[in-house]
Amino acid sequence: MTETATHTAGTFTPPARFAVPGRIEVSGRAATTWRTATLTEIRRETPRASTFRLAVPGWAGHLPGQHLMLRLTAEDGYRAQRHYSLASAPDDSGHIELTLDRVPDGEVSGWFHTVARPGDEIEVRGPLSGFFAWPGDRPALLLGAGSGVVPLMSMVRHHRARGLTVPLRLLVSARGPEELIYAREYGTETTPVFTRTAPAGVPVGRLAPGHLAPLLADPPAGGWEAYVCGSNAFAEHASRLLVAAGQPVDRIRIERFG
Amino acid sequence: MNTTRGFTGRPRAARPGLPPGQYDAGDDWPVLSAEVTPQIAPADWSFRVGGLVAEPRTWDLAAARRLPASGYAGDIHCVTGWSKFGVRFGGVSLDAFLDAAGPLPSATHAVAHAHTGYTANLPLADLTGGRAWIVWEYDGRPLAPEHGGPARLVVPHLYFWKSVKWIAGLELLDHDEPGFWEQNGYHARGNPWEEQRYSGD
Repeated sequence: MTETATHTAGTFTPPARFAVPGRIEVSGRAATTWRTATLTEIRRETPRASTFRLAVPGWAGHLPGQHLMLRLTAEDGYRAQRHYSLASAPDDSGHIELTLDRVPDGEVSGWFHTVARPGDEIEVRGPLSGFFAWPGDRPALLLGAGSGVVPLMSMVRHHRARGLTVPLRLLVSARGPEELIYAREYGTETTPVFTRTAPAGVPVGRLAPGHLAPLLADPPAGGWEAYVCGSNAFAEHASRLLVAAGQPVDRIRIERFG
Repeated sequence: MNTTRGFTGRPRAARPGLPPGQYDAGDDWPVLSAEVTPQIAPADWSFRVGGLVAEPRTWDLAAARRLPASGYAGDIHCVTGWSKFGVRFGGVSLDAFLDAAGPLPSATHAVAHAHTGYTANLPLADLTGGRAWIVWEYDGRPLAPEHGGPARLVVPHLYFWKSVKWIAGLELLDHDEPGFWEQNGYHARGNPWEEQRYSGD
């Protein structure tokens, strides 16, 4: 085999093409600047999840699906930082919203759920990463479970706020109605899937081929861009269902907890 | 310093080996791949070293296993914040593959390719000198598909997105060319000890 010395990475042809390109360019400056954010409101969503509204002067703006990094600092200088998805749609309010599950023994989420009150200051940097972003251009098929619905809700809210006509569907899995985050906000674009308990007349069970078949049998022009967010177990399950239903692997974007 | 009212944090048990901004994931090993997990049969796996080398070479799993066994026992660090202590990977040192292909003097960087199309860029110096491995065992067992099995790259001194799952090949270059996450705002090198998470860090 002969190869020339003028190789570029483009000459390597992978056996498959699963990984998909990012959707947007990301600002390096926004990603590296820590900003002080002030908590302005706390809203309970479910017994385990609450939404925290933050005023962030100088926030660079984000696209639905992006996340930020957040840090808390103790008196002795000790810091804990975590990545969280943005729940709010991009707007010019100078505010952003995060919805956080209360993780057992959660160092950061524990502070938010037991100590935090309006007026508290924390630090954030972002928005980060362009891979899971949805600019509102392509038809979006959103599959989320638990608090995995958070970045997807930013997309739903963006779709509504801008009056977008591009098709968007959300399948959201929760253990039961009381665990369904944003339950009051969903409209006809959303199908909840209840895995443990459901209201009378609604089936109980995991996300199944039957949920996806009607959507993928008759996809919109240009096809769906699929966004999957949740635990690794959910992401594996949902992405396999998508592939089995005919969704191209390079049109599936996955964000897993961790 | 912007202290957070009422935040005390975890006990400050000194944890040597924990890079700045990281926490100990304990027994967890989170899976964070952004793509669908591919089901690759061991018989279908191959690994190629090409680009700026004297002789491009390709190994299947059986041929790779005939190279001198090596492994990594130590810690790994993910850019999302978790670190995992005391992991054990078994495979072959990347040096064995590179030595067989013979990097040209002009080679300075590499792009690691996955069988999925995922890529990560690395300086060649981070891949040589006993600091990188191709592994197919974790804790003495076959590496699970969701963790990159049949075989993955392991470069434990960098954030773990550089340790490409389902490794398919290494393309040696005379320049740096951003990979998948590096094109999505992440740092070109990703040294956890300097907290090089995002471009500009």
